[in-house]
Amino acid sequence: MAEKIMKPEEMANVNHTPPLLSGWMHRPVEIKSGIYCYPAKPASLEYVSFPHAREWSPMDEDWKLPPNWKEIILEGLRERLERFRSLKIFMDICVRCGACADKCHFFIGGGDPRNMPVLRAELLRSVYRKEFTTAGKLMGEIAGARELTVDVLKEWWYYFFQCTECRRCSLFCPYGIDTAEITIVARELLNLLGLNIDWIATPVANCYRTGNHLGIQPHAFKDMIDFFLDDIEDITGIRMEPSLNRKGAEILFVTPSGDVFADPGTYTCMGYIILFHYLQSLGFDLTWSTFASEGGNFGYFTSHEMAKRLNAKMYAEAKRLGVKWILGGECGHMWRVINQYMDTFNGPADFLEEPVSPITGTKFENAKTTKMVHITEFTADLIKNNKLKLDASRNDNLKVTFHDSCNPARAMGLLEEPRYIIRNTCNHFYEMPDNTIREQTFCCGSGAGLNAGENMELRLRGGLPRANAVKYVHEKFGVNMLSCVCAIDRAVFPALMEYWVPEVGVTGVHELVGNALILEGEKKRETNLRGEPLPGMEEEKDV
Amino acid sequence: MKLEELLLERASQVLKRWTDLIFDSYPADARRFLRKQEDPFANPVGSAFSREIETFYREFIGPANPEKLSAALETVIRIRSVQEFSASGAVRFLFLLKKIIREETSKEVRGNRISQDELLALESRLDDAALAGFDLYMKCKEKVYEIRAGEARSQVSGLLRRAGLISEVPAWDSEGKKSTLG
Ligand code: SF4
Ligand code: SF4
Repeated sequence: MAEKIMKPEEMANVNHTPPLLSGWMHRPVEIKSGIYCYPAKPASLEYVSFPHAREWSPMDEDWKLPPNWKEIILEGLRERLERFRSLKIFMDICVRCGACADKCHFFIGGGDPRNMPVLRAELLRSVYRKEFTTAGKLMGEIAGARELTVDVLKEWWYYFFQCTECRRCSLFCPYGIDTAEITIVARELLNLLGLNIDWIATPVANCYRTGNHLGIQPHAFKDMIDFFLDDIEDITGIRMEPSLNRKGAEILFVTPSGDVFADPGTYTCMGYIILFHYLQSLGFDLTWSTFASEGGNFGYFTSHEMAKRLNAKMYAEAKRLGVKWILGGECGHMWRVINQYMDTFNGPADFLEEPVSPITGTKFENAKTTKMVHITEFTADLIKNNKLKLDASRNDNLKVTFHDSCNPARAMGLLEEPRYIIRNTCNHFYEMPDNTIREQTFCCGSGAGLNAGENMELRLRGGLPRANAVKYVHEKFGVNMLSCVCAIDRAVFPALMEYWVPEVGVTGVHELVGNALILEGEKKRETNLRGEPLPGMEEEKDV
Repeated sequence: MKLEELLLERASQVLKRWTDLIFDSYPADARRFLRKQEDPFANPVGSAFSREIETFYREFIGPANPEKLSAALETVIRIRSVQEFSASGAVRFLFLLKKIIREETSKEVRGNRISQDELLALESRLDDAALAGFDLYMKCKEKVYEIRAGEARSQVSGLLRRAGLISEVPAWDSEGKKSTLG
């Protein structure tokens, strides 16, 4: 009797899911651990007066929604369709050509079709069609429309918190549809029901209260700066004296708190301090603030209003201190908020002046209305004008590549300045392949508030396309350092590298500057800012 | 004819079937993309699979270099460990090869041109590879957990810890207004 042997093709247990954009509506969402982030703590939502704060769990059947949840969402959507013309257009004009489908890092690395940008947008668009278009009302599913149900809401929550709002997909859309903006609105709607994630909500509350994500108070901020000064003194022999909260300074410096409190961002922070010290004798007059101690704006990941409230804090501090303009540190989405939203949020910042470099006289015309200059523009201008004495050989142990952070690259076109600085502070710089850098850069996989720990599988698969390109330059050129100009990058890349390319470290661009700068009266440097022996000093330093 | 020779001769068709089956373990929309997009940077998963599966096969059938063999296996499993698969789903592809080989050689085995023993020996080597695959899967998962735990620690600077400045994230009372830290 012949035993029935399963064909390998049967054995593969093929999951015959339907092809592009048909049938997906009938596949229920399965929420998995390793992918979702923990829900917001009620206290954090309450602190900023967000509605429907409560304890709930994504794994429970009952999400404890308010009885009129559907009304709230539909009314919220109606309001936003009126308010944002872009949203209405994005809802109407997608022709489902699929050009964006394979451009999202989460889809590329993970293979879940709902992470194709077109399908992600369709999650919201299908409900829009049902409720706001005649065709959808009459023809239902044939017209791509579907009812808003609790399951649909759960699907929204799961997948709109699997989008890092990186905008890579929009680059490839012939109509310029920006799925990130769809995600932004969908998250706003979810927020109306208290369906936020803790990794966003708690930093928002902390930032609102103390001025930074970690909720660290001014005295601790100062203590950290003092520690940096001790370390810098050990390394350079110079005791620096940065000012904090000094009224009447010409420039206010605001950077993400990650630079002050989290490694390896702290070394970048030391780089800023060294640069500012260097410039002091040239007439540079800058203060830090322990109150505007956060450049990052997690409010932007919950709602436009919250983003506006947090953004206002930096400008309020600038006003209080009476500075002329603001210099901003190496941050990602802070720059998208400044560059694309500040003017309509809280602008124009008339009480500030159009930024001019006090050292070179360069006018930063791109910052005319926001009055805020990116530090790599500022430093690149210094180098271009020969204002910095640099010894790039101090970074000779590094073979550096550069990751374009999504927001500076795609939302403000900051592509050349960081590269220019790196080339002047390092002798070994190698680019990753063209379709993974500049405008086409791959996201770190953890942006837009998804840099929690509990969603590590999601982060590792989302970061795979980026890590894959790093691995390539590591294998081809021996690259051992991944540089970037974003604090979220600096916080999340160590994990990503550890999984995919453990030989590669992570640095900010101004850490390289801090190492290379030759200071007046410094002692012979034996170590870099990390306390590691400089190239050629391995013997001398007893570590 | 020896089994090895036969399998190397048929390498391209075995590999085609095998990689197709591996891609079939993904949903339809992903499958198309994984198979078709040839740029290794636009499609790191698909291109790694095609490359490593071939390396694995040739090392496994030919004179094996154990390091190359396990590196190829690890690359595939490292990727599948962070995707939508269960443990068995992540390593199932190794068992599929066994079936494919059995089918591809059935005529020769029936006609006694290839000995049954030889086939059985190869199959049990494949079983060993599958077991090694499970170990690799566990290793990758453990790495994920280790990274999670390590990150929680390193997200706050060593300096801050040294200074004893770490305190819990402030909590608020039920009114949601006051800080317990004052
Ligand atoms: S590329 Fe644009 S038009 Fe085409 S499917 Fe994507 S969003 Fe729609
Ligand atoms: S914005 Fe980025 S994360 Fe979101 S769908 Fe587009 S490519 Fe994916």
